[in-house]
Amino acid sequence: MTAQGKAVAPNVGPRTAWIPWLMRSLPLRVAVVLICILWSLPTFGLFISSFRPAQQITTTGWWEALLSPFQAGQWTLQNYQQVLAGEGMGNAFINSLIVTLPSTVIPITIAAFAAYAFAWIRFPGRGILFAIVVGLLVVPIQMSLVPVLRVYSGLGLNGTFLGIWLAHTAFGLPLAIFLLYNYISQLPRDLFESAAIDGASHYQVFTQIVVPLSIPAIGAFTIFQFLWVWNDLLVALVFLGVNTSSQVLPVGLYQLIGSHGEAWHVLTAGAFVTMIVPLLVFLALQRAFIRGILAGSVKS
Amino acid sequence: MTVRTESPKRGISPSTLLLPLGAVLGIVVVVVGLSFLADKHGAQNLLGAIYDLLGNPTAATAARNGVADQVLAKLVLAAVALVSGVGGIWLMYSTVAQLVSLFRPNIRDRIMPWVFVVPALALLLGWLVYPGVVTIIRSFGDDTTQAFTLRNWLDIFKPDTLGILFNNFLWLVVGTGGAVILGLVIAAMFDRVKFEALSKTFVFLPLAISLVGASLIWRFIYTWRPAGQPQYGLLNAVWTAFGNKPIDWIHFDDFHTNTFLLIVIFIWLQTGFAMVVLSAAIKGVSTEVLEAARLDGANERQIFFKVIVPIIKGSILAVITTIAIADLKIFDIVYVMTGGSFNTNVVANQMYLQAFQFLQDGHAAALATVLFLAVLPVMYFNLRNLREQGVGR
Repeated sequence: MTAQGKAVAPNVGPRTAWIPWLMRSLPLRVAVVLICILWSLPTFGLFISSFRPAQQITTTGWWEALLSPFQAGQWTLQNYQQVLAGEGMGNAFINSLIVTLPSTVIPITIAAFAAYAFAWIRFPGRGILFAIVVGLLVVPIQMSLVPVLRVYSGLGLNGTFLGIWLAHTAFGLPLAIFLLYNYISQLPRDLFESAAIDGASHYQVFTQIVVPLSIPAIGAFTIFQFLWVWNDLLVALVFLGVNTSSQVLPVGLYQLIGSHGEAWHVLTAGAFVTMIVPLLVFLALQRAFIRGILAGSVKS
Repeated sequence: MTVRTESPKRGISPSTLLLPLGAVLGIVVVVVGLSFLADKHGAQNLLGAIYDLLGNPTAATAARNGVADQVLAKLVLAAVALVSGVGGIWLMYSTVAQLVSLFRPNIRDRIMPWVFVVPALALLLGWLVYPGVVTIIRSFGDDTTQAFTLRNWLDIFKPDTLGILFNNFLWLVVGTGGAVILGLVIAAMFDRVKFEALSKTFVFLPLAISLVGASLIWRFIYTWRPAGQPQYGLLNAVWTAFGNKPIDWIHFDDFHTNTFLLIVIFIWLQTGFAMVVLSAAIKGVSTEVLEAARLDGANERQIFFKVIVPIIKGSILAVITTIAIADLKIFDIVYVMTGGSFNTNVVANQMYLQAFQFLQDGHAAALATVLFLAVLPVMYFNLRNLREQGVGR
């Protein structure tokens, strides 16, 4: 970063170097700041609006509220109260937690066992089975929805949490196995050889060596899957449905748009309720998330 | 790196005796957990059972009748899921693995790998491979008689559906192109300022937001009031400030304007992804190569296009592929913003409508298969890469 930053103006004298440097870098800095503002403006507008009274939202733009922030009656928490209690988003929040936590932890567990076997145990059919996993990486879930729903209806799994946990687990598995395989297969071979000489079983090697060493990859995928499941609309619509007792946040928000088309005080607060957890997770674990993205998209 | 190892134990030890017990316990945990989870009133009954154990029959009856706190009931349900899902699975793996290890070594070595991979394979088979095959077969079947027909596929070439395919084409080209180009430009720009990490967070943040949430954010920006009323939607506020008449953007399909405005949402979300990957790639370009180019008199623009871009070509291709696949399957934005009307429909949305609202299974299956066919080239490249690298070693 710094090496390339310094190289912008390589051929200027030491004393006056800062003048052309400033002239050249100022437009760049301004542009960078502008991009940052432009990118956060939509979310910022939503955030501001969610604290404005219904009457104000529909008479003035949210940017006008910023001009007189200390005016009485300018801000309120009423919207959140209404959304969480009256509109069922509080309930949807609980449902989202209930759907997301098992749908994140279970696939990681199953995928880690499988990834270890694909990476370090020789068995007949390993190559072709792993090729199937890689092939499934890009298969659209649209291929699965109707037949799986059919089977669920037969088994009575329609609209149950178990049904959606299993669906999210299966849909997340190809990427989970692939990412963990990439990581686990890169662990040094000596580790496994010396463990084998000591007579350790595969299960011991897995729990005592592979899992502790794979924490970065496991963490990265956990964030990935957590955000994916928390933010998912399609799978929840199909397998959990729109009834108020079991709907998750994205479905709840979609319903809210249907019933409150232009009631922006409700919609903005509702939207922020759905966003708060992923935003916090994301800000807290940004580095691990980026590591996961890089591991998933760039071949080493 | 120290490897903890235990000396191999032979013969009967206390832990060996506990194994069958552990296996039974693991299976019981999973089965009992599943039976509660599969039952729609499982949570209430479980809560009732807990109250019974605590010696509070009134509360137990209330819980069973669904009068008691539903939130508590659901939290108990989730706890059961986590315990039986994670704990149960782990217990099953460990006990089955150790039971298998009691066999003679040659049999053990043959069974052990399957203990590790079978749960994953079963899920993949049941939720992805089998339904995929069913969907492909279904796309050639008549909705009522199930007889073989090509009608579902011929319907794809009707003008309506061709319009939908064209919208997907717009999404694919403009959405993917926009996100990748912006991501590349922003990565290159941010690479040269000191506050790079902070700036990146701003562009990256939308990636954490759900497509539904993002759609609502932009719906608020695109919102429209009749002329003369205060325009509190940002786009119309800016638009009317220049003396124009306010436009109902989402319903305005001249020149596919509304589709482009929906694509903007996608670009807003995906640019951060492209930026992060490409930024890492740019940092991977060795400074010696850059210095050499500068010594040869190349200016910054030439360095960017003639040196950096060719070197990071692989990463650019990877980003294009990833975003294009997400783009192809786009559903949430269209479903939330317009429901597919006003000439904004896309394949995934049409598939959802056909399958779950119009109950035209055959047509929906054909549409899903179209998406599948579109990703086949990517699947081919992935598999070819895999063969070049080989599995394990």
